Amino acid sequence: MYTLQECQRLIRQDIIRMTSAAKSGHPGGSLSAVEILALLYFEIMHIDPTRPKMEDRDKFVLSKGHAAPVLYATLARRGYFDPAELTTLRRLGSRLQGHPDMHSLPGIEIGTGSLGQGISAAVGMALAQKLDSSQRYTYVLTGDGELNEGIVWEAVMAAVHNKLNNLIIFIDENGLQIDGATCDVMNLGDLVKKFEAFGCNTILIEDGHDYERLRSAIASAKTVKDKPSALVCKTVKGKGVSFMENNPAWHGKAPNVEETKQALGELEAYQNG
Amino acid sequence: MGEMRKMYGRALVELGEENENIVVLDADLSASTKTSMFCAAHGNRFFNAGIAEQNMMGMAAGLAASGKVVFVSTFAVFGTGRAYEITRNLVCGNNLNVKIVCTHAGVSVGEDGATHQSVEDIAIMRAIPNMKVFVAADAAEAYEMVKMAAKIQGPCYVRLTRSTSEDVYNDKADFSLQTSQVLAEGSDISIFACGLMVSRALQAAKELKKENIHAEVINLSQIKPIDKETILKSVKKTNCALACEEHSVIGGMGSALAEVFSRHYPVKMDFLGIEDRFGTSGKASELLEYFSLTTEEIVKRAHRLLER
Repeated sequence: MYTLQECQRLIRQDIIRMTSAAKSGHPGGSLSAVEILALLYFEIMHIDPTRPKMEDRDKFVLSKGHAAPVLYATLARRGYFDPAELTTLRRLGSRLQGHPDMHSLPGIEIGTGSLGQGISAAVGMALAQKLDSSQRYTYVLTGDGELNEGIVWEAVMAAVHNKLNNLIIFIDENGLQIDGATCDVMNLGDLVKKFEAFGCNTILIEDGHDYERLRSAIASAKTVKDKPSALVCKTVKGKGVSFMENNPAWHGKAPNVEETKQALGELEAYQNG
Repeated sequence: MGEMRKMYGRALVELGEENENIVVLDADLSASTKTSMFCAAHGNRFFNAGIAEQNMMGMAAGLAASGKVVFVSTFAVFGTGRAYEITRNLVCGNNLNVKIVCTHAGVSVGEDGATHQSVEDIAIMRAIPNMKVFVAADAAEAYEMVKMAAKIQGPCYVRLTRSTSEDVYNDKADFSLQTSQVLAEGSDISIFACGLMVSRALQAAKELKKENIHAEVINLSQIKPIDKETILKSVKKTNCALACEEHSVIGGMGSALAEVFSRHYPVKMDFLGIEDRFGTSGKASELLEYFSLTTEEIVKRAHRLLER
């Protein structure tokens, strides 16, 4: 097993290599969520990569399905499949579809890609865990732009109504969506207040790339007995690559050969938090 | 005369007793769809999504991905319309065990009018890969259909009506996944019908018989996958087909038939249905007359087709 520091470096470099090889894909929003996935898969979740369908496991849903590269890299590095397969991303016949496919790749709990739907499915999964008297958790990652979708708020209402304390929602608040800053495209306002008003146990994580802050927020969320938790993580889109950071142009664009070389070099030296 | 909805509720209650994995969701219409019967019997496995059909479908997908057999119900217009893209991407895209059973399909919803009368649901559901589409002709068939839906793997759409239906089957319907049923044999014209139109088609066949016209009546309760063998066998005998449905003539049962005939055995054909328009308010019986979804119209269309 890699250290968490090694994880973030490997996963970030994988994201660059994959999207570069595919000549398309979403590096920006993948890089902003690296620490959240690395911590969940390498430390927090009760899972077994050799038995991806193991009964009574923790579940993770990537509601922002376009960040598939970060999920694929994490799964590969955790042992679900050979990292050599990562560069087949988006190719005809590849198990690494543009958005995750639950039937092709081990470790994908449900196929996502159309925004807002993953969180709704995650509510269903958390309900199923309750019906099965499981003590496990369902973790779901949404983008901030994704919160424009009405179904997200329907899902949050249902999670609160059903007292799903086993549902932990991560909001990757990197502040950017395709057309620009979230506050310019469709202002979301104060997300902490919004999730609180909906009845979630809401925690603001000022630096969503800081493992220790993420770790303590998850631990705190697990002490709550009667409501879901929303962890609002302030992140940087494109984190770790100087020319990608905070630039919405890198939402859905792959780096060329030169840019790839520069990004990989920067990431070799990059240390998070 | 029976109510499809009540038989749906009864089937659900029985399924809930037989299988711990059955879960039912509704969107604040459980008293109308009769999922309330399941709620009363197995309340811990019933979830009301509130008036939020999109999230209801998303939750259903999550439950099904976790091994549950999930029935979701609301009115057809909301279940197939409002929740469409979640059904398309989450439910069918992932090929999950979600059974969408919608009541209040067609203009026979009655007084509520156009907003609540789904005339395009078969077309919408039929176009989605992995989806199976069933339409119940009466209460007995609705019961069998729901029992069957629980057994098959993957998503399906079951279309039920609000109003009472004339009984097509005496007590027990014989709904099979493989075959469509020839309810009356004949060699002059093939009349294909689904839903409330089946009993009318049977009545029309009786009328035609008086004039020595022998109509074959087929209940096409399984619209997708379609039973090519039975329908082709029929038209090879009669060389003409009349499709009758309480649905738009665009994309419904008639279109499904025409897709098969035009490829394999082109025959002259007519379509009795809603002609590219919305419904309106009125009593169910009045509306079926208003939209010409009657025995008399079937007889008239049959004559016209035979003369063509």
